[in-house]
Amino acid sequence: MNFDFSDEQKQLRDSARRFLEKQSPVAVVRRVLEGDEGYDKELWKGLAEMGFTGAAIPEEFGGAGLGHLELCVIAEELGRSLAPTPFSSSIYLAAEFLMAAGSEEQKAKYLPKLASGEWIGTFAFAEGVGEVTPDRIASGASQGKLSGTKVPVPDGEIADFAVVAANTGGSGVRSVSLFLVDLSGAGVTRTPVKTIDPSRKHARIAFDGAAAEPLGAAGEGWSILTNVLDRAAVLTAFEQVGGSDRALEMARDYALERIAFGRQIGSFQAIKHILADMYVSATLARSNCYWGAYALSTGSAELPEAAATARVSATQAFQHCSTNNIQVHGGMGFTWQFDCHLYYKRSNLLALNLGSLSQWENKLIERMRAGNSAKDAA
Amino acid sequence: MNFDDTPQEAAFRAEAKSWIAANAPKALEPELKTSGFGGLYLGSVDPMQAAKAWQKKKAAAGWACLHWPKDYGGRGASPIERVIWGQEEGLYAKLSAPFTIGHGMCGPTVMAFASEDQKRERLPPLASGEEIWCQLFSEPAAGSDLAGLRTRAEKDGDDWVVNGQKIWTSGAQHSDWGLLLTRTDPSVAKHKGLTMFFLNMRSPGVEVRPIRQMNDQRTFNEVFFENVRIPDAQRLGAVGQGWQVSLTTLMNERLSIGSGMPTGFPDLFELACQLETPDGPAVDDPAVRAKLADWAVKASGLRFTAFRALSALSKGETPGPENSIGKLVAGSMMQDIAKFALDLEGHAGLLTDPDDAPALAKFQTMLLRSPATRIEGGSDEILRNIIAERVLGLPPDIRVDKDVAFNAIPTGGR
Amino acid sequence: MNFDDTPEEAKFRAVAREWIGANAPHELDADLKRSGMGGLRLPGRDVLTESKAWQKKKADGGWAVPHWPKDYGGRGATPIERVIWQQEEGIYNQLSAPFAIGQGMCGPTVMAYADEDIKRHYLPPLASGEKVWCQLFSEPAGGSDVAALRTRAEKDGDDWIINGQKIWTSGAQFSDYGILLTRTDPNVPKHAGLTMFIVDMHAPGVEVRPIHQMSGGREFNEVFFENVRIPDSHRLGAVNDGWQVSLTTLMNERMSIGTRLNTGFPEIFEFCSRFELPDGPAIDDPAVRAKLATWAVKASGLRYTAFRAISSLSKGERPGPENSIGKLVAGVMTQDIAKFAMELEGEAGILADPDEAPAAALFQNLLVRSPGMRIAGGTDEILRNIIAERVLGLPGDIRVDKKVPFNQVPNR
Repeated sequence: MNFDFSDEQKQLRDSARRFLEKQSPVAVVRRVLEGDEGYDKELWKGLAEMGFTGAAIPEEFGGAGLGHLELCVIAEELGRSLAPTPFSSSIYLAAEFLMAAGSEEQKAKYLPKLASGEWIGTFAFAEGVGEVTPDRIASGASQGKLSGTKVPVPDGEIADFAVVAANTGGSGVRSVSLFLVDLSGAGVTRTPVKTIDPSRKHARIAFDGAAAEPLGAAGEGWSILTNVLDRAAVLTAFEQVGGSDRALEMARDYALERIAFGRQIGSFQAIKHILADMYVSATLARSNCYWGAYALSTGSAELPEAAATARVSATQAFQHCSTNNIQVHGGMGFTWQFDCHLYYKRSNLLALNLGSLSQWENKLIERMRAGNSAKDAA
Repeated sequence: MNFDDTPQEAAFRAEAKSWIAANAPKALEPELKTSGFGGLYLGSVDPMQAAKAWQKKKAAAGWACLHWPKDYGGRGASPIERVIWGQEEGLYAKLSAPFTIGHGMCGPTVMAFASEDQKRERLPPLASGEEIWCQLFSEPAAGSDLAGLRTRAEKDGDDWVVNGQKIWTSGAQHSDWGLLLTRTDPSVAKHKGLTMFFLNMRSPGVEVRPIRQMNDQRTFNEVFFENVRIPDAQRLGAVGQGWQVSLTTLMNERLSIGSGMPTGFPDLFELACQLETPDGPAVDDPAVRAKLADWAVKASGLRFTAFRALSALSKGETPGPENSIGKLVAGSMMQDIAKFALDLEGHAGLLTDPDDAPALAKFQTMLLRSPATRIEGGSDEILRNIIAERVLGLPPDIRVDKDVAFNAIPTGGR
Repeated sequence: MNFDDTPEEAKFRAVAREWIGANAPHELDADLKRSGMGGLRLPGRDVLTESKAWQKKKADGGWAVPHWPKDYGGRGATPIERVIWQQEEGIYNQLSAPFAIGQGMCGPTVMAYADEDIKRHYLPPLASGEKVWCQLFSEPAGGSDVAALRTRAEKDGDDWIINGQKIWTSGAQFSDYGILLTRTDPNVPKHAGLTMFIVDMHAPGVEVRPIHQMSGGREFNEVFFENVRIPDSHRLGAVNDGWQVSLTTLMNERMSIGTRLNTGFPEIFEFCSRFELPDGPAIDDPAVRAKLATWAVKASGLRYTAFRAISSLSKGERPGPENSIGKLVAGVMTQDIAKFAMELEGEAGILADPDEAPAAALFQNLLVRSPGMRIAGGTDEILRNIIAERVLGLPGDIRVDKKVPFNQVPNR
C-alpha cells in the first residue's frame, strides 16, 4: 500500500511552502484584505512562474502536465498561507471546466493563458439565497446571447472570462447549459460585493445580452458542473486542511507562550483538550483528503463519494480549528492585529463557496446510498 | 406556580408601561429592532446622543437606575421592580448600552466603598447618563488571570501616581470616569497587593487608544497611564484590599439577571420560516428542524432559568447560582447559529452588505462578533471553572502563584 | 498514491489468503459475521474453545502472531505483513480476542525484559493460544493514574511476596499468566518505586472475582493477591524500574494500528437504509442524513488514517502519531450512534431482547457497552492529554505528587 504522496510531490509541497512564506506573508494577505485590489498581482505572477497554475494542465496546452496530486499539495500550501489570488477560480474551476468539457479549439485558446496566469477565469453560478438547483438558475441563454444576474461570483471583477451556468429551456437537470463569456465584452456589468472574507474579492455580474459561447453540449451543463464541483471540492478541501493545520499551530504556539496564573496556559487541561480536539478533526480531514486526492488523480468512480467526504470533513475541521484558535488566544484573538481572524474568515468563506456544508452532507449520503445499491445490484 | 404579577407588581408595571408609552423615542423603533448583535447601530441619529437623551428623560421622571436609592439618582425600587421595568422598557433598553458598565459595575462599587460626599456627587450624573464610566481591570498580561495585573500605583504625598496599561476597556473613549484596579505592593502575594481607585479619565497622562477588532469595530480600547495623579481620597477600600473590592464589582455584574442575553434563536427561527428551499420553507426540512429544536430548548431553558431567578427576587430572596450558565450557553450558541444561518443562505451567506445579504446581514455580523462573546467578561473556560468550583464545590486548579510574591511569579519573559 | 500491494506484499497476501481459505473454521462464518460490535457470540459453542482451536491451527501453520520471531512462536513477518495478515484473516480475527492482551501487550514486554530461557518457555504457548495472559496494572486507586498503584511486593529470600488488589483485569478469569505491576518501595516518589513481574494466575493466594458491569456482561475482573509468591527470576526489568517497563507495554498497545476499530458507522448506515419511517426509509430523511454524514466522514477519516500508517509501514517507516486519535473518535461516536439508532426505533428502542428489538438489539447493546469503551485502556480525557502532550508538545499538568515519596502522597 502506498497511500501517501511521493517524495517528489512532498518536495513540491516544500518548495510551494517556501515560496509562499516568502511571497505571501500575512502582510500581503492584509494588503488585499484592506485594499481595493482584487488580488496580489506579484504573487499571482510568481505562482505562474513557479509552474503552480499550470501544474495539472497538460503540456500540449501550455501546462506542466504533472497531475492533480501535485495540484493538491499546492492547494494545501495556498490554504495554509491564505494566498490572496484567484487561483481557485481560475484553476480549480475555469481550467477544470475547460479540461472536462472544452472543445479542442477552446482548450487551445484558454488553457495556455490560464496556465501562464495571463488570463483569469471564474465560474458564475449562484443567483440567489439558498441551495442552487437547476430550476433556480434564472439566467437564460439563446442564440449566443446570455442574460441574467450572478452573485456572488468569486474574483468576478478581475476575471477575464467566466464559465456561466444558464437555462437553455425547460426545467430539471437538462435545462442547464454552460457558456464561456468574455467579461470585458458588451452587456456585462460588474460591481464588487462585500463578503465575510475581504481577502478574497467577489462581485455581482449582470449579463444583458452578453455574447456567450457554448461550453460542452446543450443540456449537459448540470452534469458537467456537478463533476467539476466535485473536483474543485477536493482541491478546496486541501486548502481547508492547510488552513486547519496552520490554525492549530498558531494555537499551540500561543498556548506555549502565554502565561496565566504563573504557568503556560497550555498546561491547563481546559486548553489542552481544545487543542487535542483540533488535532483530531484536522487529522481526520487530512486522511479523508488523501482519499479525495487518490480518487481525483486516478479518475476513480469513487470520486463523488470521496469528494463529498473530503469536503464535509475539511469544512468541519477548518471551521473548528479557526474558531478554537481564537478561543485559545482569548481577547487578542479577536483583534484585527492578530492573524486569527484571517483564518476564521477564510474558513467561513470556504465553507460556503462551493455550496454549503449541509448541502454536501446531503450529497454524501445520497452518493453512499447510490454506491451501495450499485454494489448490491452487482 | 404561575407567571403572574402580584397586585403590587401589576400596579408598578402599569405605571411603567404608561410612562414609556408617553415618553419613549418611538421614531427610533424600526432601527432599534434591527440593531442588536455587536452594538447599537442607528443610521439616522448619533447613538450616543440618542442614548443620553433617553437616559436623561428617564432620570428626570425617576426611572433611571431605579433600584438605586433616591439620593443617588435612583427610585429605591425593589429588585423585582427593576426586572419589570427592564421587561417594559424592552427595545429601548438597547439605548442603555453605553451606561451598562457604569450602572452595573462601577456604580455599585462606588456605592459600597466611597464616602457619602463622593456618592452624592458622582452617582446622580452617572444614573442620569450625563457622565459615563468605564472599568479598568484587564491588562495585556492579566486577562483570565486578572490578579496578575501590573499597573503600578505609588504613594506620593496625598496622591497616588499611576503608571501602566489597561486593555479591553469598553467605552473608554466615551468615558468621563473610570474604576481602576492597580498594584500597590508587588512584594506580597498577587491577590494581596492590589488597590482600587476611581479617576477622572481626562486627567493628564491618561491616553485612550481604540483597538481595531476582527469585525472592524473599535468598541474596546487600550488605556495608557503615564504619571497619572489620583488623590488618595479617590481610593475605594483599604490599601491592599483591591481584590476584595473588585469582587464586589464582578459579583454585581454576575447578579444582574440575564433576561436578555441574546442567543440568536428567534432570529434564526424567523429566517428558517421565511427562507425558501427548493422544497419549501427551510423550517419544513427535518434536518433544519432537528437543529432548531436543539437550540429552541436551550433558548427556552435560559429564559425560564431567568424566570426562576425573577421569582426568587419577587419573593425577596437571592437568586441561586443557575444564572451563571447564561453566557456560557448563549455565546457558543450564537456562534453556531450564525454559521448555520449562513449555511442555509448558501452562496449568499458570504455577503455582508445589508443590501445584499439576507436578513440585513445580521447573521454575518453575528458570526464576526460572537468569538468575542465567548471571551469577554470571562471566557467559556473560566465560566466552566466558576460553575465547577463555586456552584458544584469542586476544588480549584493547582495554583503555583498563590503564595508567591508577585514579583517572583514567572512571566514568560514579558 | 494508490492502495496497491507491492509485488512482495501481493505474494504474501496470496499465500495468507490461500492458507486461510483452506484452514479457517468456515462453519462459524454466519455467527462471526453477525457478531462484531457487541462482542463475540457463537450460539451453541464455547467461544474460548473455538478461539483456542483456531489459534492452535494458525500456530501449526506458522501464522500465529506472524510478526514475532520464529523462536518464540512467530514467523518473523514484517510489520506490513502483519497488517496484511490481519486484513486477510478478516472475520476470523474476532476469535483472537482472548489472546489480544497477551500477544499485544504481555508478550512484547516479556520479549523485551525476560531472560532467554523464560522467553523460550513462555512465549510459544502464548503465541499458540495454549496459555492465556492478562495484564494486571489498574487498581481501585490507580486508574488513569496508574503509577498510584498500591499492590505491594516484598522480598523474601529468592521470592517476592505479593499482597494487594487489581481491578478492570480483562480475561483474568480464564488466564494462566499475567504481567503484574507492583510497588516495591513506597518511600520514593510514585514512579520510582514500581517493579514488574510475571505471575502464575493459578498460584495459591490469587483470587479472581468477575465484575458485574452495567452492560450485564462480566468481562472485567477484580484480582486479589494474598501472600502470593513469585520467584525473583520472574521479575521483568530491574527492581524499581517497573514504570519504564510498563511504558513498553503501553506503547506496544498504542502502536497497533486500528484497521478495524469499531465505530458503529457501517451498522447505523445499513440500519438507516432499511429502517422505514412514515415517509420512507430513514436514510431519505434530511435530519438522518445530516447525522450520517458527520459520522461517515469520521469513520472514513479513521479508515484512511490507518491506511496512511500502513503505507508508512510498507515503506519501512514508523507510523506518525495520527493513530492516537482512533479510540477517542470511535468511543464517543459509538455512543452517539447507539443513542440515535434507538431514537429512530421509537418506543421499540427500549427493548433489549435480540428477538424483540430492531437489529437484534445491536444498538441497545452498544449503548450499554460504549461508556466502557470511553474509559477502558485510557479515558477520553487521558487520550486528549496524550495527544496534547506527546503529539503537540504541550507541557504536562502541574503535578503535586511527582517528587513526593509515595507514602506521603495525599490519598483517601
